[in-house]
Amino acid sequence: MTDLSFDREAERLLLEATTSRSRRVKDRLASVWMVGSVVVAVVPLAIVVAYVVAKGASALSVDWFTKDLPAVTRKAGGGMGPAIVGTLLITAGAALMAIPLGVLGAVYLHEYGGRGRLAGLIRFMADVMTGVPSIVMGLFIYTVFTLRFGLMGFGGSLALACLMLPIIIRSTEEMLRLVPDELRQGSYALGNRQWRTVVTVVLPAAFGGIVSGVMLAIARAAGETAPLVFVIGAAARSLNTDLFSGNMTALSVQIFSNAQTPFAAAQTRAWGAALTLIAIVFLFTILARVVSARVARRHNA
Amino acid sequence: MSTDTTATVPTEAPAAEAPPAPPAKVVFDVQDLDVYYGAFRAVRDVSLQVHQHEITAFIGPSGCGKSTVLRCFDRMNDLIEGARVEGRILYHGVDLYDPRVDPVEVRKRIGMVFQKPNPFPKSIYDNIAFGPRLAGMKDDLDDRVEKALRQAALWDEVKDRLKKSAMGLSGGQQQRLCIARAIAVQPEVVLMDEPCSALDPIATARIEDLMQEIKSEYTILIVTHNMQQAARVSDRTAFFTTEVNPESDTRTGLLVEYDSTDKIFSAPSDERTENYVTGRFG
Amino acid sequence: MASPPVDELTAPRVVPGGDGSALLGSGSSRRGDSLFRWVALLAGLVVLAVLALIAWSTTKEAWPVFREEGLSFVTSDTWIPAEGKYGALAFIYGTILSSLIALVLAVPVSLGIALYANEAAPRRLRKPVVYVMDLLAAIPSVVYGLWGVLVLAPAIQPVYRSISDAVGDVPVLGWLFNGTSGRSFMTAGIILAVMITPIITSLSREVIATVPPAQREAAYGMGATRWEMIRSAVLPWSRGGIVGAVMLGLGRAMGETIAVALVIGSQAQITAHLFEPGDSMAAVIVNQFGEAAGTHRAALIGLGVVLFVVTIVVNVSARSIVGRFDRRMRGA
Repeated sequence: MTDLSFDREAERLLLEATTSRSRRVKDRLASVWMVGSVVVAVVPLAIVVAYVVAKGASALSVDWFTKDLPAVTRKAGGGMGPAIVGTLLITAGAALMAIPLGVLGAVYLHEYGGRGRLAGLIRFMADVMTGVPSIVMGLFIYTVFTLRFGLMGFGGSLALACLMLPIIIRSTEEMLRLVPDELRQGSYALGNRQWRTVVTVVLPAAFGGIVSGVMLAIARAAGETAPLVFVIGAAARSLNTDLFSGNMTALSVQIFSNAQTPFAAAQTRAWGAALTLIAIVFLFTILARVVSARVARRHNA
Repeated sequence: MSTDTTATVPTEAPAAEAPPAPPAKVVFDVQDLDVYYGAFRAVRDVSLQVHQHEITAFIGPSGCGKSTVLRCFDRMNDLIEGARVEGRILYHGVDLYDPRVDPVEVRKRIGMVFQKPNPFPKSIYDNIAFGPRLAGMKDDLDDRVEKALRQAALWDEVKDRLKKSAMGLSGGQQQRLCIARAIAVQPEVVLMDEPCSALDPIATARIEDLMQEIKSEYTILIVTHNMQQAARVSDRTAFFTTEVNPESDTRTGLLVEYDSTDKIFSAPSDERTENYVTGRFG
Repeated sequence: MASPPVDELTAPRVVPGGDGSALLGSGSSRRGDSLFRWVALLAGLVVLAVLALIAWSTTKEAWPVFREEGLSFVTSDTWIPAEGKYGALAFIYGTILSSLIALVLAVPVSLGIALYANEAAPRRLRKPVVYVMDLLAAIPSVVYGLWGVLVLAPAIQPVYRSISDAVGDVPVLGWLFNGTSGRSFMTAGIILAVMITPIITSLSREVIATVPPAQREAAYGMGATRWEMIRSAVLPWSRGGIVGAVMLGLGRAMGETIAVALVIGSQAQITAHLFEPGDSMAAVIVNQFGEAAGTHRAALIGLGVVLFVVTIVVNVSARSIVGRFDRRMRGA
């Protein structure tokens, strides 16, 4: 025997929303807020990138990459070659120092220090160090290095290395954490010593993730301005490929100084430098993505 | 921790009671072994002798310390913080826990295969060549790799893709790869810690075959939770069980009986062994 | 490959009875292990060394001004290098005010994005949202500064003017939203907000991702709408971590130099008028360092010391909060 009235009641319950109107309105508002936030964040990204591409593209030419900076910034002409080379060299110098130190430091934290107190302190301080303003790193290198040895590209490398070091330590440690302990045990069981286990098994297994973290650190350092302004001799206008002597300039510093002038030619130069710098930074960011995606795919296979 | 229960444990060397026909050479002589994790005694009073070119099985309920004892034979327990042993494990007369003994040297001679297959994320070839390279056996590497893979009955399946990643192999193949990796350095002993627990029955049968194949050249110790497996493959069997320490509510493992596998499964001398192997617990 | 017979190669090494001396490893290879350990430890200690060295060397160089000015270095707002007066209060004020504006703008947006990416977005949109945030974080601050000074500041000036006209007579609002300068506290706050949004978002996302599915299901199981689930399960669970994320964003905003230097207006003043120009510690350092010497240079380095101390305090507290949160997660 079927009770039809009961069915109708169930139908009413399921089809007519019993959730009160105000609750539904709040839910809708929350959704609007969340979607709206994404839009609000995407808009500046789109606008900034659009401006940089639109205004910067006109500055690019063969001369842009090959010529020295002009003597008079208010006039058009000249190129950005020395700054491009400077950015690449200074960042490379920083990476050469920060990568080995950072990876080794992470090896200590995860493979040796573990949950010990010293490792905990270093880990905490590395986190804190990522929060030290880049301008303070610049002042630091100025006081301990530039005052003694003078202006040179290497001072910038030192400052950027200080910024990269904690990022590399922490991202590498995260990657080492993902290496299964079974691999270490397998290596020990073959009579491999701990340090060789780290070098021959653990680091290769974590390689992709480490590279991706390093790339992001490099991307971040390449765009830094504040730590370079008063340690590299940024007024340089001609090409200098020697990190250890003579003034050097960099893209970020050129953007900064050209942006402060009221002259159209200088401002165009700033946009062009911004486009070049963003291209370099995005290249590293995308490389990091590609590397980590490839590693993820290999692990899933 | 009290020691008044010691009396109930048969610690006399059972090997003397039932020696297999030609008395094989003793590789390990374990004397009154206790294993501690910090203050906690995980295993107590293990005494047994392991003979050359035999397969020795450790069986018992979970938590009885059989894996813990196995890991003492290549000092893998050293890697666990707070782990220490009392008593002696003599390897050809040398105490493995002599302070002058380098655990790394021990592990070069005594290989180990783990519960979960743990190939390195490298090529098949590099996995096998890993140990020989480490030991400086760099000449004729190709031949060593081939021999090890053949011994592990894996050669035909992988010979065309030696340069491919070992992560692409099936679980059973990975485990045989790990066995091949362990024997590529010509160890004298191979320790196996529940090597088939993650495998299906067919893969398990292949590994058991493989053990029979290679036992003429190696001495094998295997921990297994599978009594049939112990009965099928081993020459001698050690049965471990647990006892509850009433005052601390912790469990300590202990060796109940060690004898030829036939005797353990057909006519065990201890009631606890009999209950276990016939499936009647308690 | 001409080689000895395979069997001979891999025949087990026969260890004669009593041969145990081979187990006594050579001391040199054991030393290799401890050497490596020490090298790795030294690399880790570089972090501590650098932090200690920053504190020591900058304080030492700034000492002349600390000695001369004493406490008035941070309590006076008179900064006239030509007369040897160095009171940094106006810069400290500017740093704090611009950072607070940035937080007010960035926190709701960051939280909205984090919740969207973790809770509300269709699966195929989640990754792109994260990518966009990564790209936003990857744009160098000097580029934001460039855009801020050349595009945003001129464009927003009329907006400021009309807001300030509109609310001019309203008691509190008219007081805050006053002024007509394109380069101002407000513009700096806006640029900073864009810069710290990716940081707060990504940290909040990590925290929100730790909310156990069972908590969400419990809320849904009782008939909660998505918003009610977020309010009753997600937010209470991740509150501590989100506070930590916000504080880290604050630390970053206070230390940001170049973008602020370009858009804040470089005019030291303490005023509640958000649309008027101001100055911040980091901006003053980078703008004046080139032509500074003697005590003036020491004073700028002294600003760096103050900035260092403030950001360390903010970061240590933030990390402690996040760390406690982490521990609770792992304990749970």
